[in-house]
Amino acid sequence: MTMFSSRNWREYPHRYRLEASKFKKSGKTYFPKRMVDPETGDTEQETVNLPDTGKIVTYTVIRIAPGQWGDQSPYGLAIAELTDGTRLMAQVTDCDVEKIKIGMEVRIEFRRVQSEGHHGVLSYGYKFVPKWY
Amino acid sequence: MAGIVGYGAHLPRHRIKVEEIAKVWGADAPSYKKGLMLREKSVPPPDMDTITLSVEAARNALKRSGGIDPKDIGAIYIGSESHPYAVKPSGTTVAEALGATPDIHCADFEFACKAGSEAMYVALSHVKAGEMPYALAIAADTSQGAPSDALEFSAAAGAAAFIMGTKNLIAEILYTHSYMTDMPDFWRREHEFYPQHAGRFTGEEAYFAHTKGATSAILKKAGMKPSDFQYAIFHQPNGKFPQRVAFEQGFTQEQIDPGWLAPILGNTYSGASPIGLSSTLDVAKPGDMILMCSYGSGAGSDAFIWKVTDRINEVRDLAVHTRKLLEENQIYIDYGTYAKYRRKIRKNA
Amino acid sequence: MREVCIIGVGMSKWGEIWKQSLRDMHTDAALKAIKASGVDHLDSMYVGCMSCGLFVGQEHLASLLTDYMGMCGLPATRVESACASGGMAVRQAFIEVASGISDIVMASGVEKMTDCSGDEATYALATAADQEYEVFHGATFPGLYAIMACAHMAKYGTTRAMLSAVSSKNHTNGAMNPVAQYPFKVTPAQVEKSVMIADPLRILDCSPITDGAAAVVVTTVDIAKKLGKPYVKIIGSGIGTDTIALAQRDDITTIKAATIASKMALKMAGKKITDIQFSEVHDCFTIAEIVVAESIGLYEPGKAGPAFLAGESALDGKFPINSSGGLKSKGHPVGATGVAQMVEVYKQLTGQAENGRQIPNSPKIGMAQNMGGSGGSSVVHIMEVA
Repeated sequence: MTMFSSRNWREYPHRYRLEASKFKKSGKTYFPKRMVDPETGDTEQETVNLPDTGKIVTYTVIRIAPGQWGDQSPYGLAIAELTDGTRLMAQVTDCDVEKIKIGMEVRIEFRRVQSEGHHGVLSYGYKFVPKWY
Repeated sequence: MAGIVGYGAHLPRHRIKVEEIAKVWGADAPSYKKGLMLREKSVPPPDMDTITLSVEAARNALKRSGGIDPKDIGAIYIGSESHPYAVKPSGTTVAEALGATPDIHCADFEFACKAGSEAMYVALSHVKAGEMPYALAIAADTSQGAPSDALEFSAAAGAAAFIMGTKNLIAEILYTHSYMTDMPDFWRREHEFYPQHAGRFTGEEAYFAHTKGATSAILKKAGMKPSDFQYAIFHQPNGKFPQRVAFEQGFTQEQIDPGWLAPILGNTYSGASPIGLSSTLDVAKPGDMILMCSYGSGAGSDAFIWKVTDRINEVRDLAVHTRKLLEENQIYIDYGTYAKYRRKIRKNA
Repeated sequence: MREVCIIGVGMSKWGEIWKQSLRDMHTDAALKAIKASGVDHLDSMYVGCMSCGLFVGQEHLASLLTDYMGMCGLPATRVESACASGGMAVRQAFIEVASGISDIVMASGVEKMTDCSGDEATYALATAADQEYEVFHGATFPGLYAIMACAHMAKYGTTRAMLSAVSSKNHTNGAMNPVAQYPFKVTPAQVEKSVMIADPLRILDCSPITDGAAAVVVTTVDIAKKLGKPYVKIIGSGIGTDTIALAQRDDITTIKAATIASKMALKMAGKKITDIQFSEVHDCFTIAEIVVAESIGLYEPGKAGPAFLAGESALDGKFPINSSGGLKSKGHPVGATGVAQMVEVYKQLTGQAENGRQIPNSPKIGMAQNMGGSGGSSVVHIMEVA
């Protein structure tokens, strides 16, 4: 198994603060950050923080899951389009899985995403929750 | 002049009713509901802990701060008795999530249910001393109560965050007073999973002696009397204690009402009186005087007198109100789900 | 570029093969292919394998396998592109023979998936998805295809019945395949009653965990003529890639990598998609067969499902798909799958498909489409009778 601690630490800007690359030429935003604009090949960019609300564009409910995910199943997993048009995948939490649907408005919340067993590091990041206020 | 520049709370949506716990252990639900004034409590789902609650509460506080740059926060203090790690700070994770690293001071505080007000006290001191423009104090807990113990009916989860500063205040701090003695009323030893308590000894000599001690001292210091306050918040291990301490000192139900959350929130430990303050600020008007008094076993109380400023009207609705989080869209769970969420079921690793 | 063909194919028994190790299964398939081809030596070998390191803790695979084939010293390399590893190995062999660097090259594939726990196998398979932005969040492979299915259903009205038709048809074909892991018929009603894995995909929408190996001998048409064994020409080879992470794609109701690969293969072959008479398609999940059929141009977007429901992809239909039983019934030892697809097309074009599985009217041109992960890579080959 890879060392989870360093791999996770490296992703903090994305997982904690939703940092993304906005490229100068195309004006397009990519999450997570990347060095080259896939469309233009441009490397000039600024770091932006993604908005924290959006809508589900597609989803599933995972009912059979391996390892630590088993304790959480059934859980929703969705791709949401945020208000700036960026898409990302995350769990849908605090939600009756039967009520998840395309077009559902979601908010991004900071949650514990994984635990490396009972003794290892905890990893935090973003999840979707139903936007109810 | 120092005080609160931004405030916010966060609560889990999950709840369990007293009846649901009582039926598993053969306990008498009506006596808990009547005797301790507890109807239900919040339950953190497995993906929520002191760190995640702190981040969300702090983000709400930032929304009400008038757009301060997180990099100007000089310190983050988190008071909790349920820091997810025994060794590794909660504060650095929260600081990283807010974008407040690396020029910052972080510390995790622990003082039973008083750790949160402790964080507020220290954060206020920093800004008063001119050490930094802003200091963030967070009170958060995902408390554990041992199965079948009286605490299981109350141990709940929630967080409140306060950005302290000297400009653009929402509430000015007028007085503080702390009152403590060595009191073995409630404890959790290293490596133990659940806290222990000394039963009825946690009442008169512990909770009531310290909350009254701190309250009477701060009133004397300020030359004020209960009727000078619009609102008062006392630590709330259940619904009954804060009500009794309020009444015995001459405060009324109307004064404690906005911050009296325990009957439907449970005891959020470090979060209890700070979340009560957050809820009270949601309804306070400019010029209102607010008394807040925490209690932490072991034991001590921190008392604060706040004066609400005009800016409250501008910021109140910039983040979700605490009562809304408390009273709307709850997800009720059964004891089995609760036991799973709180890792009370023994499994193969 | 020289004319390249497949002469001789071999497969090990597929399924939960407790008595055979990874090296034994591969040797079994490789020696069968060599024997069937009539060649007296190999010039090199490419073996497709997705994750022997995670499944059995063994890397450095090509050297180990050539040793156990009794060919120590043979130039050999492992090729990896997740579940498309096998098809990629075939493409490497094709390129090496076409270019004139070697005359006789083995392309093989192998995966031993049952020597680890179910959780470990799921973890190993999930390494084909984006570890940090999909798997980190609890994505599983059925979950990723389910997300594609949800989008496809919403956009085109694809139905449960269409998915069930794919599973049922593939099991009907697989029941006639002697190497199939699950050689029995499944009714659409059974699919619809099977346990839900990731909505809307049920267990009978999913390909299984399989041990197995497959091998083909690739050579020039000139050499094949001298060997005197049945051979089929590889007239087109194409490969395409796409983002691994689904959220990064503009449209997840289509698989761009498969579109790119099929266009490239058709262009090389000088054929149109309508010239192709049947295909093996990477049906790791029922929805994949529908999406791929549309992505490679067999059907307009949204039209494959209704056509499948009407029986067009059956053995006696307008365009038979997965006469082998597909990944669903035959099994899916990930690294071997792409090679086994070539084996099936070879058998169909040479009239050797067993047990009544032969496609009627002696088809002349067939296709094999192999895919990695959730469509991050795809490789397509077009074969024609000699």
